[in-house]
Amino acid sequence: MEIVADVLERNGLLFAFVVVGALMLLSGWLSKTLTRGRLQGSAIAIMLGLVLAYLGGIQTGGEDGLADIAIFSGLGLMGGAMLRDFAIVATAYGVDLQEIKKSGAAGVIALIAGILVSFVVGAAVAAAFGYTDPESMATIGAGAATYIVGPVTGTAIGASSEVIALSVAAGLIKAVVVMVCTPLIAPFIGLNNPKSAMAYGGLMGTTSGVAGGLAATDKRLVPYGAMTATFYTGLGCLLGPSVFYFTLVGLFG
Amino acid sequence: MVLYGVAALALCMLIGMLIGDGLGVLVGVDANVGGVGFAMILLVVATDRLRKRGLFPKPTEQGVLFWSALYIPIVIAMASTQNVAEAIGGGPMAAIAGLGALAAGAALVPVIARVGGQSEALPPMTEEEKQEA
Repeated sequence: MEIVADVLERNGLLFAFVVVGALMLLSGWLSKTLTRGRLQGSAIAIMLGLVLAYLGGIQTGGEDGLADIAIFSGLGLMGGAMLRDFAIVATAYGVDLQEIKKSGAAGVIALIAGILVSFVVGAAVAAAFGYTDPESMATIGAGAATYIVGPVTGTAIGASSEVIALSVAAGLIKAVVVMVCTPLIAPFIGLNNPKSAMAYGGLMGTTSGVAGGLAATDKRLVPYGAMTATFYTGLGCLLGPSVFYFTLVGLFG
Repeated sequence: MVLYGVAALALCMLIGMLIGDGLGVLVGVDANVGGVGFAMILLVVATDRLRKRGLFPKPTEQGVLFWSALYIPIVIAMASTQNVAEAIGGGPMAAIAGLGALAAGAALVPVIARVGGQSEALPPMTEEEKQEA
């Protein structure tokens, strides 16, 4: 047993390929037998992945889901930011630049609207739960944008560590829910063409959420959604501790 | 040579990341601003030019397409390494804030997608494309 674990740990990335392959095989079979192909195999695989991440997280108390268990550590490399972004860029190969130019205006508006809406919704929810000081409202609002914007904003304006932790949790929930729900809500919001994908990426902003959600919906939409989502976190980090915070101070300070 | 494709892809990504980080420093935030987006545009423009001159033959193309095909497996690996336990442990306020942001954003998609005229839906995926996914 020890030898097996040792080999798997030393060859973590290879074992990750095997694990994901098995997961996809199982998901493809579930998709055919349980949903008659209505829910894509990749959507089921992403959900199973999230369940495994939850189990791994409870088991180890770590931050990286299943990858915190030593033999599965290769998943951390395979699903880490470097390879994820590498693969996202690769999906752009063959994309029509005209399509992006045509949707550029919609993408920019989506970005601004997406950040604004997340800030406002997050801050309103924070206030509803009794966090009425501008620092907490701004931090939780920023967390509702993405789980990176939350702590960046909170640290910059001196929010309490409890509030920063909550903002990270809000961002994580958003990422997870976007992954799971995108294929389910896609038909209702017209998410079936490059332009709506660019709008979606800008409105949601969470790169992992959009990357997972669009993969489960229609892989051809990925480059368009990722294109706008990639600007979201940076723009959020810019606006959160400045414009957004000072507006809240002006209103509630 | 397959590696030429992989190398071109990696170079585009690195340049994009540099631009993104540089832009972050420029506006004074500790984050990459649009790195992936710049990398994608670079890849599309560069490969388009190379292809037109016949400098991006099929084997080279395979190097890029391989990573594109690995996208979904990589995303599944990513899903399995998310901090789901902490997300759920954040309690009702974190959940409502996250869900509310999703709902409000999703509701705006049809509105914003109308900017600059309606778009046609993509044709249904062919069996071959489904196989790839």
